[in-house]
Amino acid sequence: MNTAKTIQTSKAPKSFGFFDFLYKYGTLITIALLIIVFGVMSDSFLQPSNIINILRSISIVTIIAIGITISLSVGGFDLSVGSVASFANALVISMFVWHGQGVWMSIILTILICLTAGIINSFMIVKLKIQDMLLTLAMMFVFQGIAQTYTKGATLSQNMIMPDGSFSTGIISPMFAKIGQVPWIIIIMLVVVAIVHVFLTYTKHGRYMYVIGGNREAAKLSGIPVNKYRVAAYLLSAVFAAIGGIILGARVMTAEVNSGAPYLMDSVAAAYIGFAVLGAGKPNAIGTFVGAVLIGILQNGLVMLSVPYYAMDIVKGTVLAFALAITYYKAK
Amino acid sequence: MGEGKPIKLQMKDISIEFPGVKALKNVDFMTMTGTSHALIGANGAGKSTLMKVLSGAYGHYTGEIYIDDEPVQIRNPKDAKDLGIQIVYQEVDTALVPYLTVGENIMLDYSVNDMGKKQVVSWGYIHKRSKEILDKMNVKVPSKKLVSELTLAEKQMVLIARAISKTCRFLILDEPTAPLSHSETEELFRIVRDLKQEHVGVIFISHRLPELFEICDDITVMRDGEFVVNESMREINQNQVVEYMLGRKLGDQFPQMDIQKGETIFEIRNFSDGEKVHDINIHAKRGEIIGIAGLVGAGKTELCKALFGLGRANSGDIILHGKKLRLRSPHDAVKQGIALVPEERRKEGILVGESVATNLTAVNLKKFSRMNLFLNFKKEKEAAREIIQNLGIKTPGENVRLQNLSGGNQQKVAIGKWLMTEAEVYIFDEPTKGVDVGAKKDIFELIFQLAQRGKCIIYASCELSEMMGITDRMYVLYDGMIAKELQTSETNEEEILFYSTGGK
Repeated sequence: MNTAKTIQTSKAPKSFGFFDFLYKYGTLITIALLIIVFGVMSDSFLQPSNIINILRSISIVTIIAIGITISLSVGGFDLSVGSVASFANALVISMFVWHGQGVWMSIILTILICLTAGIINSFMIVKLKIQDMLLTLAMMFVFQGIAQTYTKGATLSQNMIMPDGSFSTGIISPMFAKIGQVPWIIIIMLVVVAIVHVFLTYTKHGRYMYVIGGNREAAKLSGIPVNKYRVAAYLLSAVFAAIGGIILGARVMTAEVNSGAPYLMDSVAAAYIGFAVLGAGKPNAIGTFVGAVLIGILQNGLVMLSVPYYAMDIVKGTVLAFALAITYYKAK
Repeated sequence: MGEGKPIKLQMKDISIEFPGVKALKNVDFMTMTGTSHALIGANGAGKSTLMKVLSGAYGHYTGEIYIDDEPVQIRNPKDAKDLGIQIVYQEVDTALVPYLTVGENIMLDYSVNDMGKKQVVSWGYIHKRSKEILDKMNVKVPSKKLVSELTLAEKQMVLIARAISKTCRFLILDEPTAPLSHSETEELFRIVRDLKQEHVGVIFISHRLPELFEICDDITVMRDGEFVVNESMREINQNQVVEYMLGRKLGDQFPQMDIQKGETIFEIRNFSDGEKVHDINIHAKRGEIIGIAGLVGAGKTELCKALFGLGRANSGDIILHGKKLRLRSPHDAVKQGIALVPEERRKEGILVGESVATNLTAVNLKKFSRMNLFLNFKKEKEAAREIIQNLGIKTPGENVRLQNLSGGNQQKVAIGKWLMTEAEVYIFDEPTKGVDVGAKKDIFELIFQLAQRGKCIIYASCELSEMMGITDRMYVLYDGMIAKELQTSETNEEEILFYSTGGK
């Protein structure tokens, strides 16, 4: 994906016309409009409990989308995050249920194992020079398969029936469950957004990543170790996908088959919507968070308006298409 | 193929303008079928533009074109092809479809224009016909091979085959020999001679004078978009051609400064990049501006990039301050004190979507960060402003995206970023390409200032006047090798051109 590059070549805005205004503030205006519309149509929408509900519902999407944002910032694209999240979910629950590990051990082991996914991705992309999107698409299936093989296609939970007929004895620590509950789940999300925002915007390394995403050739000729940063981006992407998967596990306390897969599209949408927020014109953490908020509000509001869950994808897909339209129309 | 009787092609009074530039001014051109005609001029003389007019790529010219004294209209490529005028461009890859076979590529025009109502491709016909053409050219390339598997020379043959697959009375070859090896060039010449026998008129653009004398019957020289002379090859010699090609000098553009030269700090010994450049030996003193002269395709860019750690199979020694450098990547080169301002600035030198400040500090962010991690925006802004002022970069502010600046100012940013870091050796590859005269002067002054601060400058350019104006000493590159080392004060443009066109 050369999204960032495409935007680079965009012509300068000669006049600050209506479209530029829309590009900069469109997402925020849309969010405001949605809040007004849903607020008017449903009494409970603006209740504090519902707002917390929305934030809780987007936290996993946001964290996974932050990983995608980092891969986008170096001009790459990581499609394998959904599968990595599924795998992390299965791993972390299995650590408790099958292996009787403690909270920290389970989380650290899960992240370390998922890091190998990032290592494989970056090795294939950087060394074998496979196109990012194609490779991560392939790896999406590989990791999905690994996760399913690991769980033997079963749903993992406390007291689950093991293949030999006995019941598992491991217990999921109540402390772990806390991670998936308010307020911790929201706090973790906000911390992740803040850290990555500071990293991308205020550190040397973030700047290098944007430079690489903006023009890889120029970055190389400026003496930036391009491949090191691309590897780092895919490792970070895998780490955030793993964190997303772990929190998902904490929230539902089970590991279903392909549990992380549905988060992929929402995350991609959030990251792309984020491009345009406040006219950044490039992947950025705050924008990604705003994108996730937009999707979360949309989803929550539509549920309240009794739109059936099976029609939800139509709306979400349309929003993504619209966000892409704004980004690429601008890029023309 | 053309008929027995020679046909005359005439272009009269051709002018063409592009926004801001008058590329051709009342140019006349005349050639016949059955002969080969050389078209020559320095870079930017308008040779390629004239041939693009003739092949229908530029429809908005003024003037007349006659074939056998009949006026004809050529406003698009189809007009030209219908009249039997075919062109093979220098960049062969732009005209070929790599994942189709040789046969399909040769018969591309047929598939696009001559299939009529037929919907089904006849593979038998395509391969039979393309094999016929290849056999006639005596070229041994299997018609069922994929184009992506061909060498550059073979691709060129495929394009020539495509050109003569239709009526071909005039064939334009735009710098066909630049990327070819010696034996491949010989093969091309054989085909050109065969085509002449077949009554095709070949128009041959090249920078290499000796080969023009070998293959061409007549010559037209252009300079600065104007016609200079049309002569028979027999009536003219290499020195005369060079004289015709040279324009007026731009001497006063260059700053006059006496720069103290120091000791030799940079040396290149027996250097080769394993592909294009070989046996390079260069040495440079502090404060010295070394020119790398040579025509397009001589290997200047390849040399510059290889010195910056980009070659894949470099051999030989690069020595700075008596220490042998190991340059595996540009990252190493920058760390060791080498800077490169690349030729393709939009592609390789700058980030058009980022601000001026981001561009200027990209090379040395360490200097603008606290604890080597967090960016110091204030310091970055101050440094950017200083550079903007020193270089006279015309921008509304340091936060403006680079795409809003003119080419010359973009180039100044591309150079300016290297001033933020303390390099010892600055390599410039065609720094004035696409830059207007005013900005050119600023860039020259900048280079002089660097030299004054005791830096080594390596300045690669195909502009002879710049070589004369800015360098202290130069190496003339021809075909990837140093043909001659010249002291600028003891040479002239003619001599440089003589060596860059293969003179011995």
